[in-house]
Amino acid sequence: MRRALLIIVPYCWLLALFLIPFAIVFKISLSDIAIAIPPYTPTLDFDAGWQGLKNFAKALDFENFLFLTTDALYWKAYLSSLRIALISTLLTLLIGYPIAYGMANAPDHWRPTLIMLVILPFWTSFLIRVYSWMGILSTEGYLNQFLIGIGIISDPLAILNTNTAVYIGIVYTYLPFMILPIYSILERLDGSLLEAAEDLGCSRISAFWLITVPLSRNGIIAGCFLVFIPVIGEFVIPSLLGGSNTLMIGKVLWEEFFNNRDWPVASAVAVILLLILIVPIILFQRNEQRQREAES
Amino acid sequence: MSDLKFEPWNDPKAVPLISFRNVTKRFGDFIAIDNQTFDIFEHEFFALLGPSGCGKTTMMRMLAGFETPTEGKISLAGQDIAPIPPNKRAVNMMFQSYALFPHLTVWNNIAFGLKREGMAPDAIDARVAEMLKLTRMEKFASRKPHQISGGQKQRVALARSLAKAPKLLLLDEPLGALDAKLRQETQFELVDIQEKTGTTFIIVTHDQEEAMTVATRVAVMDHGQIIQADTPDRIYEMPNSVYVADFIGDVTIIKGRVSPSDDGYEIHHAEGLPPLFAKSNLSLKNGTGAYLAIRPEKISIAAEQPSSARNAIKGAIQDIAYLGNLSTYHVELPNGTIVKAQATNNRRLANRPFTWEDEVWLSWTDTAAVLLDH
Repeated sequence: MRRALLIIVPYCWLLALFLIPFAIVFKISLSDIAIAIPPYTPTLDFDAGWQGLKNFAKALDFENFLFLTTDALYWKAYLSSLRIALISTLLTLLIGYPIAYGMANAPDHWRPTLIMLVILPFWTSFLIRVYSWMGILSTEGYLNQFLIGIGIISDPLAILNTNTAVYIGIVYTYLPFMILPIYSILERLDGSLLEAAEDLGCSRISAFWLITVPLSRNGIIAGCFLVFIPVIGEFVIPSLLGGSNTLMIGKVLWEEFFNNRDWPVASAVAVILLLILIVPIILFQRNEQRQREAES
Repeated sequence: MSDLKFEPWNDPKAVPLISFRNVTKRFGDFIAIDNQTFDIFEHEFFALLGPSGCGKTTMMRMLAGFETPTEGKISLAGQDIAPIPPNKRAVNMMFQSYALFPHLTVWNNIAFGLKREGMAPDAIDARVAEMLKLTRMEKFASRKPHQISGGQKQRVALARSLAKAPKLLLLDEPLGALDAKLRQETQFELVDIQEKTGTTFIIVTHDQEEAMTVATRVAVMDHGQIIQADTPDRIYEMPNSVYVADFIGDVTIIKGRVSPSDDGYEIHHAEGLPPLFAKSNLSLKNGTGAYLAIRPEKISIAAEQPSSARNAIKGAIQDIAYLGNLSTYHVELPNGTIVKAQATNNRRLANRPFTWEDEVWLSWTDTAAVLLDH
């Protein structure tokens, strides 16, 4: 009885906060746009009884999903999001791994401070931090002023409103999600393994590639998913730092909802996005599961 | 027969495999190794024995190359090893934690060092197979370390460290993680493997029984110094100091003042009690303080005063430790000193001749006790 209760609570949570909202979104994605409040039809009318429900079901169709295939904008946006997510995950890994490695090898008394520094940005609003990047990257921004000041360039670089700015923003924002899981693995890595590798003829560098990297694999995978999954649907960074040619599905979704007020199409975009994300999420869960099993 | 005896340390012409010359290692103010000079010979099974913090692990890590001496020189086969990094030394180490690579199979763990050497694949196959056979791990070649038991891990670690056929194998508390029974079996196996491969082994341990079982020579260490390095029997029978006598096995130490007598000394240890006698080569002045070390199994325990023995004292049994095959009697002398005496339980416990509070006579021969000056 108590066990059942224990299991029911998280499932209720899941039902209330994920499944029901998703069902609503899915329902809207099958509807048609209408100039009304809410801006779609049909709406569910329980007063009409069984017949009303039947009529409602009859009015639903997959028209919006078909529409997504007719306009190249959508699949281009999905692909572009995937590409941006992949590249920025890779960049985050390339920058995050050395940081995590350095933290894990820092003297013990430094580590809490270093972790603090990684987490510190979360204490400020995400929006404010992205805005401040606009201040840094704009043509009159600090970066250009600095570069011109030391004489490296004579004309300001156009970084803001390009994909470069989007990458900078994403890598900056998601770096802690890459650093922390890798750090937590590297920190627990048994130093005698590296000594054993050296003892058996490895140089320090080959010991790193043969021992440290494979043993931190789970941390790398976790970090990559933690960056990749949210970046695909990222909306704030591309819309604030990106330009007109930055195409991301989050931005498209937003425009469908708020500019076109086409809730059904926007919902269809969201449903597809979720389906795309389910694959990496399942892979991520599997990795976590395997890691827990390996530890126990 | 005596020619076949393996004791190169007594042969002035023997060339040592490893020699420490005035080696000191300091960590800040802490002196881990204090000006040590000694030799280890080929084919030896040399044990470094001591309490934790005595410097034995530092000694081993200097040989492996993970630490460098602050002063002095260590040479391996005549070559100064200070400039050689650990990955280039003909020395392998078996780690206390075994340090098996968790992401590699048993086979790949053993092959790890060979692959780094750039050995040909079929030569690696053959060598790994040989090592698996030596350690009787053939069936487990494709398992990962987390799928095998502690004893099996220990074997894999041994196989891995032997695979490269090092000149010297270092074993850091190799049996520390095994339970008592498995540990004993493994000790004999280690000796077997050492004899089969002919590799020089240095073992670090804090378990004196383990050191005595496996080693050709045992070095008892304390505070960064080797107090005595000798064969297990000499360490036990002829300790050179109270520290060694006390560290190895059970012993009763009686303090007293000496007076020369015959080919030894009489030890006056208590007012009103007859002096004890021990043969000794020490040259001590009349009246200097010294210690008498007596092993409990060398003391006979009797109800009547023995007629012949020169060393005979009366006491009362204060405590009896029943060990199954043996019993250790703690006998209190009239002056309060406790002497430990051991007797085999060749009768059933119910028929034990002595019990608590019994007055008994303890006696031992002239050569049973060892006289020590420090």
